[in-house]
Order: sequence, then structure tokens, then C-alpha cells
Amino acid sequence: MGLLSDPNRRKALTGLLTRLNTPICIVCYLAGIVWFMGLAFEPFTLRTYMSENAMGSTMVEERFSSGERALSLAKEFDAHKRKAGGMPVEWLVKAMQSRGLEVFTQSFSRKLPFPDENKERYMVRGTNVYGILRAPRAPRTEALVITAPCSPGNTNNQAVALLLALAQYFRNQIYWAKDIIFLVNEHDLIGTQAWLEGYHHTNITEYISGSLRGRAGSIQAALSLELSSDVITSLDLVLEGLNGQLPNLDLANLFYAFCQKLGVLCTIQGKLQRNDWDTAEGYTHAAQTMMLMVLKQACGRSWGDHGLFLRYHIEAASVRGINSFRHYKTDATTIGRLLEGMVRKLNNLLERLHQSYFFYLLPSLSRFVSIGYYMPAFGLLAVILLLRALDLWVHLGAPALAAVDGVTEAEQPSSPGVLTVLTPVVISHLTGVALYLLPVHLQEMAVEHFPVSETEAVVLTAIAIYTAGLALPHNTQRLLSGEGTEQGWKVLKLTALLYLAVLLGCTALINFSLGFILAVTLVPITASITPALYAVVMVLLSPAFTILYCVFIYQELIEAPVSVSEGWMLFLSVISQGILDHALYGSLVYPLLALFIYPCWLMFWNILFWN
Amino acid sequence: FRFPSPIGHISTCPSLIGQCCKTHPGSFQEELVIRPLHSGDIYASFQFRTLWDTDFLQEGQKVSHYRLFPKSLGQVLSKFSVRELHISFTQGFWRTMQWGQPFIPSPPGAELWVWFHDTVSDVDGNWKELTNVLSGIFCASLNFIDLTNTVQPSASFKPLGLGNATDHRFLRYATLPREIVCTENLTPWKKLLPCGSKAGLAVLMKSEKLFHSSFHSQAVHIRPICQQCSSKAWELRQTLNVVFDLHTSGQGKKEWSLFKMFSRTLTEACPLASSSKVYVDITDNPEGELFELSPATPLLGQAVVLGDRRTYSVYDLSRAETFGQLRSFNLLLRWKGDSGDMLRPLLHAERYVAGFGLQTGEIHTVIYNNHPYRAFPVLLMDSVPWYLQLYIHTLTVTSKSRDNKPSYIHYQPAKDRHRPHLLEMLIQLPPHSMTEVTVQFERALLKWTEYTPDPNHGFYVGSSVVSALVPSMVAMRTNFTQDQPLFSSFVPVKEESSYFVRVYTEPLLVNLPTPDFSMPYNVICLTCTVVAVGYGSFYNLLTRTFQVDEPSPPLSKRLANLIRRMRGVPLLT
Repeated sequence: MGLLSDPNRRKALTGLLTRLNTPICIVCYLAGIVWFMGLAFEPFTLRTYMSENAMGSTMVEERFSSGERALSLAKEFDAHKRKAGGMPVEWLVKAMQSRGLEVFTQSFSRKLPFPDENKERYMVRGTNVYGILRAPRAPRTEALVITAPCSPGNTNNQAVALLLALAQYFRNQIYWAKDIIFLVNEHDLIGTQAWLEGYHHTNITEYISGSLRGRAGSIQAALSLELSSDVITSLDLVLEGLNGQLPNLDLANLFYAFCQKLGVLCTIQGKLQRNDWDTAEGYTHAAQTMMLMVLKQACGRSWGDHGLFLRYHIEAASVRGINSFRHYKTDATTIGRLLEGMVRKLNNLLERLHQSYFFYLLPSLSRFVSIGYYMPAFGLLAVILLLRALDLWVHLGAPALAAVDGVTEAEQPSSPGVLTVLTPVVISHLTGVALYLLPVHLQEMAVEHFPVSETEAVVLTAIAIYTAGLALPHNTQRLLSGEGTEQGWKVLKLTALLYLAVLLGCTALINFSLGFILAVTLVPITASITPALYAVVMVLLSPAFTILYCVFIYQELIEAPVSVSEGWMLFLSVISQGILDHALYGSLVYPLLALFIYPCWLMFWNILFWN
Repeated sequence: FRFPSPIGHISTCPSLIGQCCKTHPGSFQEELVIRPLHSGDIYASFQFRTLWDTDFLQEGQKVSHYRLFPKSLGQVLSKFSVRELHISFTQGFWRTMQWGQPFIPSPPGAELWVWFHDTVSDVDGNWKELTNVLSGIFCASLNFIDLTNTVQPSASFKPLGLGNATDHRFLRYATLPREIVCTENLTPWKKLLPCGSKAGLAVLMKSEKLFHSSFHSQAVHIRPICQQCSSKAWELRQTLNVVFDLHTSGQGKKEWSLFKMFSRTLTEACPLASSSKVYVDITDNPEGELFELSPATPLLGQAVVLGDRRTYSVYDLSRAETFGQLRSFNLLLRWKGDSGDMLRPLLHAERYVAGFGLQTGEIHTVIYNNHPYRAFPVLLMDSVPWYLQLYIHTLTVTSKSRDNKPSYIHYQPAKDRHRPHLLEMLIQLPPHSMTEVTVQFERALLKWTEYTPDPNHGFYVGSSVVSALVPSMVAMRTNFTQDQPLFSSFVPVKEESSYFVRVYTEPLLVNLPTPDFSMPYNVICLTCTVVAVGYGSFYNLLTRTFQVDEPSPPLSKRLANLIRRMRGVPLLT
């Protein structure tokens, strides 16, 4: 600090920073990218370990043996599901009652803002059925949840059946200390959301749902089970939840520990673990796994039923059975034992899961990168914005300083600054508000005038407003002050740089992946922008194109590459899903992009047309 | 307690008791009630009553000779001038919807309420000492009862014994919802019995079986009662309620026997007991179509319990023929029917915390009146710890989606770290309705030493208490006589048309904002560094103006200038 309070040294330091600004920025950017890519390199990561004492050292013996019965139950369930043409509520209620659970149902309905074409639903009406296993001699203060979605068609029958078989087995055990809620939800995430809102008596997403009668205190943890075949080759663990929230790392450790113990192949992001970290393939594999996690987390949607629990401070994960063409098979009994083990260990918990990390990235199930290791990658990118801002500040201040001993008229060019900056800021944000509000509200009008469906109307309106935003604001300062001055755009850029730095910083604190991806594309263009830059480059690095690139990269990573036109269709559906996620579950990515990131980018866009 | 005419010979009992009480200063009765529950579970309720015709609260009367009455309790009563004492230890939650009403309800954890004699000057001091002494007697953590969890309810807890004290300054009520009840609490409780666990019904109390159940509750109630209203007598009632689970204890088979439940059979009554009986509730089974009972008994009894007339098979352990040839009594109960749906008890209540996040929340208490056409008032009592800061202006009471204004509200706000909130309300429940009471709260940020060792577990809020006079289906008996079975004579009945019920809701587990205690050192270091270095210097930089300072001239120059000044020539610069 002495460095800064000494004016001479301060001058020398700022001189150094302004003179070497561009090289430093380039080095920072490259270092940030390299740091991030280095996170997947095994020697730089930590081995996962169980932090929670109550789950680590206690022994649990798995005795579940009715996997075969579960499979025959699955057939029965399937038959009843076909007969009912949806959720066989009565059968489920009876099945749970006969297993000694307290059974309750909850009906709900929700009209989507516009039809969801991926899942073909608009007016959603359904019923959740849940049974509570009351723990003996427990005062109904704590509970665990096991959920299985009742999906249309042939999927997830085995999950529901295994749930019932587990309920029957669990009911006869004396050792439960927490109540266990077995939930079969209809319409996957919508059902889960309705149930969670009913359980906590909140209404944040305008569901119309019946109130719940039976409760079991505060829910400590939840597991969601998805299983569609009698035997599976591997189990996939899904952690990414709403708004990029992750459950406590101990839950992943618990899953991994039991997979090891029972000899079940386990994957994360659908990728098996490899042991050859020192080869190029090994590293690429880990990097791909981590990149997938970053992309999934960044999109802020819930990748399984578990994701909605996280809002309520309930640690949750989804376990998904995968049946591929591998030789190695696992039967339902083993999966049942795995769940039994996990639930029993969760039952042993004395406190909520809190010992381990909440912010992490997983290059494989046995390795993790904690927040302390990945944050510098983002920090290196964010510091570029601050360095550029400092550079601009110094440049803006220098002529004014020189004018002090000379003539005072030199100060005049900066005086209309406030208005020239304020107008683009306001216009950009108004465009952002339009982008946020209009697509959903204008769909009826759009459907009337154009031959498109509602979903297309919404997405195309969004794209239209986005594009219109590019045309709108870039002449305002000329109307105000005639000719755009050099001083003017520099002040605007300074403001926009600081704004972007704050925005990205806050985003990265909550959802690192989203912050990092935005930083990677936005930082180089915003740092180097001058009125002389090509508009094409600017457009190619805009938020919308970032989403498009992410779609392609994601498809590449899950080994399902798509052509340009397929990619475009995917891009459109991603936008509609983003808007739906916001309306249905309260995901914040769409409002963040529409109300903040896009207006901020527009402010930079404004600079292009300054002269 | 009325007996059908063919078995009238049992009614010689009261005169027997009357005699024994005159010759000895005290009597002891024991009984076990077994009620097969709708759900296939089984409810066993033990009651032991010790009566003592003396008054050790009388001035100048020092009692030192104890016979049946436990000396440890007697001394405590006289030392702390206790008028009435009720203490219960419960592990589990009574499932009203499946099991109906219990004979004597109790909340999960420990509950203690005491009426002190109105001559006591320092009630709080007595209370504190009393809880510590009881904590020693019952091996429980009652010493955690202090002023922060003690309240003085104005209406919910009236004395159950003789005298109608109404000044609630002499009443103290506290619950410890977190208290775990186990064998170490059972052993001292059994020691209070005259026969211990050596003889009589108490031999059934094997802890490995009693704690292998769905619900376990043991209690001690001491009160002065009116012994034929000529003299005052002290009554000590010890109750133990246990519910065995069909699936975990019964292996799913609907077959119960004393041996299966308690891994013991009965061989004799307690020799000190004036009456020793086993009752089995057969009301739903008049023709034996629901379950089969063996050995069969010719004795039938009827009692009006909780607004309903129930029929019981009675087994008198003081008669040798009860034990039969094998000299052992093992009651066998075999279900034939199917277990039914959930019950609809007339009064039922539940409670939960709504909302998410660690800043605010809302407590919802839902009270159900399932009576088809009668409305009745209930007293709701809530005692909430200070660290949930209630916003009492957000209190709403709604029945049938309409505002329901309580006719009486007694609210005592909390004082941080000194006193809990106390909220008592008299609410009229419309017939066949659901009444919802909601109040919002904010979670307090505790000082770091105030957190429990396991702060991420959450903090408990004790059960709220709903007390009500529920309209009775049959006429209740108002005269308090000796010949009633113990389970039907605990709460005094004032009028025929209604009976008293107390319902406890579930306790709440609330998470408070909790700092990360796992790395306090890092946190403290980082915060201090950031604050000291970062803030201090930036503040300095932002508030000061800097000017280039002329460097002071070297010594030689200053000397030269000094000489020049003396000479009067211009100075060097």
C-alpha cells in the first residue's frame, strides 16, 4: 500500500500498467484458459474423500434381496399404467398402503406459458402419490426422500417398482431414525416442483396444487431414481441442479463408495473413469467430463428430479441406470442394495450434510476440483476488465490533468459525458426488458399474424428482439451532442467494462460455469473494442452466439455431433427450454441474460457506431 | 365403571379398598390395558397408582415414615412445596390418525409441569432446584430447563387434583423436545414402584422389548386428591405407554401375545397391590369376528373413556384361576380381519414450518375438527424459543377460508436470551373443519458460543398443545369413585356432555443461519486481514490528497543558508 500512497511510485506503477496493458491482458487471458484446462489434469486435482464422520466410519450391511420381486412388480405397474393411461393412482395408493406406509396424494395443475414441444405438453394436470414410512420412536422432525418419476411410455417402470420393493423391505426394519418419504411424481419436474411447493407451502411459480396432508418434518436429503431396464450396465450420477446449484460433495462420495463396494460400474456425465491420466487420451477424457459438467451447470436447468430440491437446502442427487451394450451387467437386487446402503448411511446422519464442498467440479468421480482451485481461472479473466478500465481511467484523466496548469477549457469535452453515457445505458436496458417480457406476452399476436406455432412464435420473437436491439440504439449520442467524441466512447466503455466486471463476478460466485463461459467469450471482445472494430467479430462473440457454440460443443462432447441445421434447431429449443425453465421452476439464467448480460453487451455494441 | 349383571361379584372391590386404606396409610393398584389398534399395531398401557393418606405439605408436620410411596419423591415434594407434578418422557410421536387418542397424551421428548404451593415466595428458585433434583432422580437432562424454555401458561394447564388454584404465577411448564428416552430413564422409573420390577405387571417391562417399538412413553403424575372427600390424599400415578409395530415387532403377522410383546409372561400379581388387572379392549369385537382372544375370560367390564363406551375383557391377577394350570398367564390375541383405513379422530392437530431459506419462515398449525355437526372451542398453546422472532402482527387464524377471530389471546413476547414466546389462544372450531393458524418468524443470528455442538442439525421448537373439551358421544361419569379402572379416571370430568382431550403436535426442527465452524481459524484470519489491510489502506488512499513534497535540503546547504541569512545575502534554493 505504501506503493500506492507514494505519488511517484504510483505514477510509475500506473505508467507500467498502461504501457504494458495489452501484453498483460493477453497473458492473463491465456493464463486463465490454461489454468482452467489444467484443472482436468489429474496431478492438479484432489482425490475425493468422505468428510462426514457419521457416514464415513459406520458400517452398513446391505441385505435387500427382492430384486426379482421388484421386476415382476414393474410388469404389474406397467400393465396398470397402460390401463389407466397415465399414473395408476389407485393402484399405487393400494400398493403403498399394503406395504405399511401412510399414503397421501396431491393433485396439481399448471398451464405452461406456451406449449413445450420437446415433451408435448401445455395444460399439465397430474397427481403425485407419496407414502411415508414413519420411523419408530422418532418425533417426525427429519425425513429422507426417495423419488421415482412415473414417466409416460415404457420408461421408469423399474424405478417405481424398485421404490415399492425398497419400501416393503425398509418397513420391516427397526433402525430408522428419520421418516422416509417414497414419492412417485407425475410429469417429472413439474410434479416434483408441485410437491416441493406443497410440502413447504410456498408458491413461487404459480402452480395450482392441492395442499399436502402428510408431512414428516424437515427433509435432510433426497435421492431420485431413474431406471428403465431390468438389468443395467452402469449407473450414472447426476448432480447439476437448478441455477447451477450442486449438492454437497459427500453425496457424490457416498454414491461412489457404494459403487466401489458393490462392484457397480459408475459414471458421471455418462463417462467412465480412466486410469491413464498421463496419456493424452486420459487427459482429454477427464477434460471432456469436466467440460460437460461446466456446460450443464452453466445452463442452469435441473438435470434430474433432484435439482429442484436444492433450492430448499435439501441435498439431492439423481441416480440413473444406463443399459448400453457392455458385457458387464448389474441386476435390480444390486441396485436395491446400493440404494439401501446409501439411505441407511443418510439415516445415520446427525446433522445435515455440510462437512464437504458445495462448490466443485468433477473431472471424474474420484477426483474433484474445489472452489479454491478453479476460481483463479475466472479471476485471471475478470482482472482483464479491471486492467482495461484502469487504462481507460488513466487516459481519460491525463488530458484533464494537463489542463490544470493550462487553460480550463480543456475540461469541456467531458461535461456532456453523463448524458451521452446514460442514454445508451437506458436504451440497452429497455431493450433487455423487452427481450425478457415480450416473447411470452406477444405470442398470441405473433401466432395470429404469422404461420407459426406458439413455441416458434416465442423463440422467433426473442431472436427478433435480440436482432432489433442491434439496430436500435447506436446513434443516440449524435442526436444529443452532434458528433461522437473520443472522450464519449471511452467513458461509455469504462462504465460498461466495470459493469461487466461486476456482473460476471457476481454470476461466477453463484454459478462459476456460467460466469466463466460468459467471460471467455465476452472478455476479449469487450476489452479490445474501439469504434474501428468489425461488427461481425462483435456479433460472433455475442451472448446468443455463445449459446450456439455451447450447443455444438455439448453435442460434440456427448459424442452426438450434429449438422448446422440440426444445431440450429437445437439452439431454438434451448431458448424455448430456457424460457420455460424460468417460468416453471424459477431458473434465473434467462432473466440474467436478457436483463443484464445482453444490455451490457449492447453498450459495447454502441461503441462500434460511435463515429 | 358398570358391570353387566352376571358378573357383579367384582364390585366388592371398592369396599375392599376402603378397608385397606383405613388400616394402612396407603394403597397400591396396578393395571395393564391392551388395545388392539386398527392399523394392526397393538397398544399397551400400564398404570400404577399409589395412594397415601397424608399431607406432607402441612406446616410443622414432618413425615419420615414411607411405606409404599417412594421416599425420593416424597422428600422432593415437601422440600419444594410442590402441589402437583407431572413429568413425562416420550420417545416417538403418537399417531392420532392411526391409533386414536391415547389415555394420557404426552409430547415427544420430556415434558414437566409443576404447580407450586401458594406459600412459595421464590417460585423460579424452587423451579430451578426442582428440575435439577428431578434430573438426578430420572437420569434425564432436565437440568437444561431454565428460564429460556419455561413458560407460565395462563389457561392451558389447570391443576388436575384437589383445589382450584388459578394463579398461574405458581405454575411452571417446560418441554425438552430433544430429550432422548432410553433404559437409563426406565430403570429409575421402575424403582419408584413398590414391587420394583420383581413382581406384578412390572416384570413385563424388559427394556429391550419396550424400546423395540413404535412409541414409548413413561410418566409420573403426582397430585393431591380427595379421598372420599374427608381427608386429603396424595396420589402417585406412574404410567407407561407403548405401541408395538405390526411390521417390525410382529413380523407382519397379526398375532400378539404377552410373550411376543414383552418376552415374559405373568406369574403373579404384586403382593402389595390391592388390585392387579389386565384389560383387553374388545369393543370392536363383540362376537369375536375381528380377533380371537385366549384364554377367554368370563369377566367383562365397561368404562366410558374419551367420550366413548368401551367394553373390556378383564383378567384379575389376584385370582389364582387366571394363571391356570401352568401357573403362568400369557394372553394371546389373533387377528382375523383386515386392518382398516386411517381414523378420523374428532380432534387432530399438526404443525410444520413453511418457506425456504434461512432468513424467515412461517409456522403453520393445522387443527382439525372432525365432528360432523358440533363446534367446540380449543385452547392452543405455543411456546416458541426466542431465537425464532415471531412477528405477531402476521398471526392469522382461518377456518373454512374465512377469518376466525380468537376469543381470547394471551401473548407474552420473548426476551432475547431470557424468555421464550408464549402464545395462548381460545379458538372456536366450526364443525367438520380445518383451522389453520399461521405466524411468520425471522431466524435470529446467534452469538457464536450459543450454537449447540451440532448446529447444522437444527434447533427444536417444542410441540404446541391443543386442549379442548370435546363433545362426548355418551354421557361421561362425573362422580369420581374408587371402582373405576385407572385409565378412565385420570382427568376429572366436570360435565357429562363433554370430555377433556389434549393433543400435542409434532415438534419442529428449524435450521438457523449457521457459520462454517469447520474452519473458524481461516475465517477469522481472512476476515481480519481483509478488514485491517484492505479496508484501512484503501480508506486512507481515498480520503487523502497527495502532494509532491519538496525534499529537505542536505545539511551542507542548510548550514550555508544559515550563514547566508546571517550575512544578509539571498538564500540558496
